[in-house]
Amino acid sequence: MMFKIAFRSIFRNARRSLTTTLTIGIGAAAMLIFAAYSLYDVYILQTTTIERGGHLTVFRKGYFDFGSGDPAIWGVGDYANVVRLIRSDPVLAPLTEVVTPIQGLGGIAENPGTGSSRTFFATGFVPADQARMQRWNEYGVGHNLESTDLRTDDPSQGVIGFGFARNLGLCERLHLSGCPTLPKDAPERDNGTAASLPSQDFSGLGDTSAPRNATPSIDLMSATAGGAPNIVTLKIARVEKQGSKEMDDGSVVMNLGLAQQLVYGRGEAKVTGIVLQLHRTEDIDAARSRLQALFAANHLNLEVRDYQEINAYLGQTLGFFRSMFSFIAVLIGVVVLFTVSNTMGMSVMERTAEIGTTRALGARRSRIRSQFLLEGALLGVLGATSGVAIAFLAAMMINASGLTWTPPGDAHPIPLKLYILGAPQVTVAVWAVLVVIATLAALVPAHRAARLAIVDALRHV
Amino acid sequence: MHAETEPVARLRDVTKSYKVGRTEVPALHDITLDIQAKRFTMLVAPSGSGKTTLLNLLGCIDRPTSGVVEIAGQAVAELGENALSDFRAQKIGFIFQGFSLVPVLSAYENVEYPLLLTGMAAGARRERTLSMLDAVGLAEQRDRRPNELSGGQKQRVAIARALVKHPQIVLADEPTANLDSATGAAIVSLMRRMQAEVGATFIFATHDPHLIAQADTTIAMRDGGLLKTGDLAQ
Repeated sequence: MMFKIAFRSIFRNARRSLTTTLTIGIGAAAMLIFAAYSLYDVYILQTTTIERGGHLTVFRKGYFDFGSGDPAIWGVGDYANVVRLIRSDPVLAPLTEVVTPIQGLGGIAENPGTGSSRTFFATGFVPADQARMQRWNEYGVGHNLESTDLRTDDPSQGVIGFGFARNLGLCERLHLSGCPTLPKDAPERDNGTAASLPSQDFSGLGDTSAPRNATPSIDLMSATAGGAPNIVTLKIARVEKQGSKEMDDGSVVMNLGLAQQLVYGRGEAKVTGIVLQLHRTEDIDAARSRLQALFAANHLNLEVRDYQEINAYLGQTLGFFRSMFSFIAVLIGVVVLFTVSNTMGMSVMERTAEIGTTRALGARRSRIRSQFLLEGALLGVLGATSGVAIAFLAAMMINASGLTWTPPGDAHPIPLKLYILGAPQVTVAVWAVLVVIATLAALVPAHRAARLAIVDALRHV
Repeated sequence: MHAETEPVARLRDVTKSYKVGRTEVPALHDITLDIQAKRFTMLVAPSGSGKTTLLNLLGCIDRPTSGVVEIAGQAVAELGENALSDFRAQKIGFIFQGFSLVPVLSAYENVEYPLLLTGMAAGARRERTLSMLDAVGLAEQRDRRPNELSGGQKQRVAIARALVKHPQIVLADEPTANLDSATGAAIVSLMRRMQAEVGATFIFATHDPHLIAQADTTIAMRDGGLLKTGDLAQ
């Protein structure tokens, strides 16, 4: 009966209840749409990061804190055995999609044709493993990286950033559209005070004997683990735009073998790390624990870092979206609180005589209080439910609209989607929180109703 | 002829005053009164004489400023807020001048409501409600909301609601005031019949001569005090 009275009373002043319900509904929809947008954005960032660098990376202990400036001396030796150990482990095997060694390095690149040079930072991959990593799509966001076209059959081929090609004056040679050539009035280096790279004796270093006419190529120079300068020739298989200018102007992706040749020369080939890409992100902790146990058991001086530790911006982005969502949620919560409180206050005033009657008939104060709390909760349920419906409808429309956008750190536009089904717990939480707020908003009016003196209430016109 | 019965309501030296700002306004003073059970008792007085205040005290919806009110053998002052609500739910029925039906409930649900407050089981509740609606001639209209009923029908629902729990006392404040004379007369005879069936004590505050003509006992009041009590049944 209490529910019946509550439900029907809501429709007694239909316009007021509709306004209240819509206020809650639009608030709920706004929160859910923002959450769906944030989630999709986070998933894209996460997917892009994991496609490139996996979930976990095994480093030589201390590399993460001290070794990034000089990866050559912090290499993981005997890495093939470590890779084999991980791949053959019965616990890790079912969790992992890819286990692959990588080599990071930095140095100076030169275009021998123009004499242009600049610094670069490179990562060396096993081409087949990298291709598999780029197909990872746990969240179904449909955002896979383009293949970098690294080839096993020609380890000297690599991929460079668009800005990197521009800086080295390769635009014409590579036929890059939208890539400006060096202006005629560009400043020139003062050869009297600083030696340019071409004046150095690169030709005597490493192997630069590859034929240059077939594919445009550049020379990459770096210091070996022993401290000696070394140089290799990289054939440019493809140019790829990167999301940030810093990345675009200096990034090189190359074959692991070539990277090792540059860093270790004729010495023992090591790697910077061993990347593990898991089937499911939620297995990170399990995989990390197992790796640590495995390394301890085999007396390996290795450490494990996850993708969020390595890519600090991911955590910051997540934090940013969380704080934005909380801010929006608080604003909407306050609006709902005052709207429902006002509606319930009006309802109590209009139904004062009815309250007096039911109290005279023997209803306890607690029953009157519960009656109005239930009405507040029902308004919340109706509003929040309609909000969920509005959000789903809006998401379907936006997802079907074909709109595109370019996520932060990405170079290409992708379809704009609202990942409304991505986190059902968020939908449930938004729904529940709004119902609770609506119920709490009814608390003061309900208490006032319960405390009414019966004789005063009966006299109320 | 009615045999002398135990009083269902006993009031001793009851006064009631209201505070208006800082001023105490007396509404009732020195009321000492016994109301016999199973009678049709009329509080007859001009407006502003304290009829409704006395009815409120008898209905346990207000407390006296001083004095003792005993209803069905229970000293009202001894009851806490919840116990008093439960007491009303069990022992007292109300019929209001303006019908005071819950507008969002049907006739059936309005009549059933007091039984819910007594905690009666669903089956018994349904049986009692239907029987009471039938008794007041509204079995056909049981699913109608108050706004779909005439004034007389609304008051019948109110009578059924007051009697459905078989209370010891039914308090009616000007129950025929909002009805035309024919409907009023029909309601009066219905209440008389129902009183005989249920055996409750009816206490009315009224000006209606038709209703006063049905009285077993009249209590005349003026200026918040008793003028005289007459047992017309004897």
